[in-house]
Amino acid sequence: MIFATVGTQLPFPRFLAVLEQVSTEYSMLRNEEMVVQSCDTDIQSGNFTSYAMLSPERFDHFFQTADIVVGHAGIGTIITARKLSKPLIIFPRRASLGEHRNDHQMATARLVKNMPGIYVAENAEELIALLKRDDLLPAQETESAEREQLRDRVRQFIAES
Amino acid sequence: MPLPKRKKILAVASGGGHWHQLQILKTAFEDHDVNYVTTLEGLTEQSGVKNTSVVPDCNANEIFKALTCAVVMFRLMISVRPDVVISTGALPGFLALAIGKLMGKRTLWIDSLANAEEYSKAGRYARYVADLRFTQWRTVAENEGGEFAGNLL
Repeated sequence: MIFATVGTQLPFPRFLAVLEQVSTEYSMLRNEEMVVQSCDTDIQSGNFTSYAMLSPERFDHFFQTADIVVGHAGIGTIITARKLSKPLIIFPRRASLGEHRNDHQMATARLVKNMPGIYVAENAEELIALLKRDDLLPAQETESAEREQLRDRVRQFIAES
Repeated sequence: MPLPKRKKILAVASGGGHWHQLQILKTAFEDHDVNYVTTLEGLTEQSGVKNTSVVPDCNANEIFKALTCAVVMFRLMISVRPDVVISTGALPGFLALAIGKLMGKRTLWIDSLANAEEYSKAGRYARYVADLRFTQWRTVAENEGGEFAGNLL
């Protein structure tokens, strides 16, 4: 199963259209379903099911059950894929297409694209090419020095308060 | 070395990426008593944290919801009586810092990792209510101020 998510803030019609297209091709290829959390409309057609919103529990259920997760380049999506060790393909929102207020998702994509198990697609063709691969790695949760430096500064602030 | 004095912390984050970043940060709070506040039912159970409250979500386009959220946050501030208020975003977290600041609490803002090019809207205004304000991007600190000390990715 492929689970796709656009987060809880804004719908993402271009991505939804790409997913509908991809689900047709993908289900012909693998006979697998696609579940989408779309922040948009509920759609049920063939192997493609879209829910506008999901409770945290159901969101986690689909995320855990998925073989591959596809999502907008949201921080929550990236952190969750690493925590649950899922291969993640991100599809960044673009400000020039009115999909967000600026291009920060492009910056996020640049930041994470070299992390193991995280892949970036910018259009339907790239997404399909990635989904056809059999060698996608799971994303990994790893501690970093950067995290601990920030935590240390926060500890210091609390201690001085 | 003497043990650090236990502080009471109110830690606030909206559902989604803000909450996930707060959860990565939380080992920084382990010597203290923490009350967690978010905007989405079910999230705190999922993260396995105790002492939690859910407040109404709001954004800058919905003034009435923002006021409702502020009232709930004010009541929470009175019942929890924190020493420190910490938020990773977004508007509900900003409101918590603003109310906390007025009530003499120490306040800390950590702008979301998502804001790679400039502070979030709430993060921009957080400069007026945060005793310390972090961005998770070095270039944002260079351009707009605040402190960069690493990121939670």
